Amino acid sequence: MSDYNFAYLDEATKRMLRRAILKAVAIPGYQVPFSSREMPMPYGWGTGGVQVTAACLVPEDTLKVIDQGADDTTNAVSIRKFFARVAGVATTEATAEASIIQTRHRIPETPLSEGQILVFQVPIPEPLRFLEPRETETRTMHALEDYGLMQVRLYEDIARHGEIARAYAYPVRVQGRYVMDPSPIPKFDNPKLNMSPALQLFGAGRECRIYALPPFTHVESLDFEDYPFQPSKAADQACAICEAADSYLDEVITDDTGGRMFVCSDTDYCAARVAARQGDAA
Amino acid sequence: MTPLLQVEGLSKSYGAHLGCKDVNFTLWPGEVMGIVGESGSGKSTLLNCLAGHLAPDAGRVILDTRDKGPRDTVAMSEAERRWLARTDWAFVHQNPRDGLRMNVSAGGNVGERLMAVGARHYGDIRAQASDWLARVEIDAARVDDRPRAFSGGMQQRLQIARNLVTGPRLVFMDEPTGGLDVSVQARLLDLLRGLVRRLGLSAVIVTHDLAVVRLLADRLMVMKDGHVVEDGLTDQVLDDPQHAYTQLLVSSVLQA
Repeated sequence: MSDYNFAYLDEATKRMLRRAILKAVAIPGYQVPFSSREMPMPYGWGTGGVQVTAACLVPEDTLKVIDQGADDTTNAVSIRKFFARVAGVATTEATAEASIIQTRHRIPETPLSEGQILVFQVPIPEPLRFLEPRETETRTMHALEDYGLMQVRLYEDIARHGEIARAYAYPVRVQGRYVMDPSPIPKFDNPKLNMSPALQLFGAGRECRIYALPPFTHVESLDFEDYPFQPSKAADQACAICEAADSYLDEVITDDTGGRMFVCSDTDYCAARVAARQGDAA
Repeated sequence: MTPLLQVEGLSKSYGAHLGCKDVNFTLWPGEVMGIVGESGSGKSTLLNCLAGHLAPDAGRVILDTRDKGPRDTVAMSEAERRWLARTDWAFVHQNPRDGLRMNVSAGGNVGERLMAVGARHYGDIRAQASDWLARVEIDAARVDDRPRAFSGGMQQRLQIARNLVTGPRLVFMDEPTGGLDVSVQARLLDLLRGLVRRLGLSAVIVTHDLAVVRLLADRLMVMKDGHVVEDGLTDQVLDDPQHAYTQLLVSSVLQA
């Protein structure tokens, strides 16, 4: 342990956060305002996610942090180290062993289970933000379920590009009520939001909003009857390392003569598949 | 027959400044009411109160709703008023930029009301949008163009199409021909008159252009300093004005 209070934040702040989280869980998809604190990292690095994680952590927890699916990128490593130091909790890279997973831009490929908590870092929580600039008006629109405008955006995509061109932060409707921004996860991950056994929490630090999907919540991606939602990914290939065809891939440039490879963005999933194959071979 | 709109004792002031005071009138189905008066006479305040954009200080606006009969729109919840605003009501702004989404294609603009009331079939929405563009004399090939690429007259016609696509029964128009040149005005008036008569719409038209009310309105209300000073059949008011202000108004029009 260190000289910090458990999980960095003081107890009163954590209580404030837990109240916001409870309210968010009670009203799935509704953005609950909270008084976001300064964290020892810049906005955009996951200050919202870190505060939600801090409020949920107990000493027995095992924490996993991923950034774009990877356990070993700067953002993931620094947040994991931060909580290892200020909370002294165990950390892991294995999705199945973690009790809390903080994530940026991905949902792990390994299916989550009951009792796990997935914490998303959210830059812009308001799905209507770039359609309607007034915060008072977007709140009224949520309150009155006035979501025609969201559909207009999808209409514009089809009219201009022949398909719904939105590839990430694809808007969803929660339990047939609130339209929600699922944070910038690829739309490939959207089906994983639906009826997930894990509790999913979303924290936006700069925007001071928390929202949540309780376990087994119905989450539907918006679409048109004749242009149904497609959870597609860019590359129609298999991972160059583990040969998985069903996972979300990153394109990696390997040299300056046009060489490239596609590998799983979820490093834990990829490594586990490689290890299983080596185990079979041995 | 039940009146479509019944306005009783409607008043609205902005602090000490008077918007409109004690306005009463009845609008019957299929009737077009014109409201004329000089700038600052309270015409637009009255219209905005009727359309639910402003909350009046006193008075009742009783609308004959489709499913629940006569109801006071002032006392309705915001949700109900918004529902009316995208189904039974239409509001045509003087400046098409206020009534259109300038960064959304013409088709999207017309389709917005359809999607707001639950249409979720892209092909159907687009077909209806194209149909309405044709009705307001815009080439269907321009369905994917943005309104900023349209001329002022086309923007105004697009705004009308966008408003009428859900088949409203009551249209509020705030200076629909303001800012257009005379030949474009004439075509727009022609189009409006055709649409209003063919669809059997009821309308409240606010304008300071007496030619517009002469062509479109069945009945006329003249406002001055927030008060209605004269009302009656359009031709009667314009040809035989009784109130001094109306006489001034009618005699101020230049004869070309």
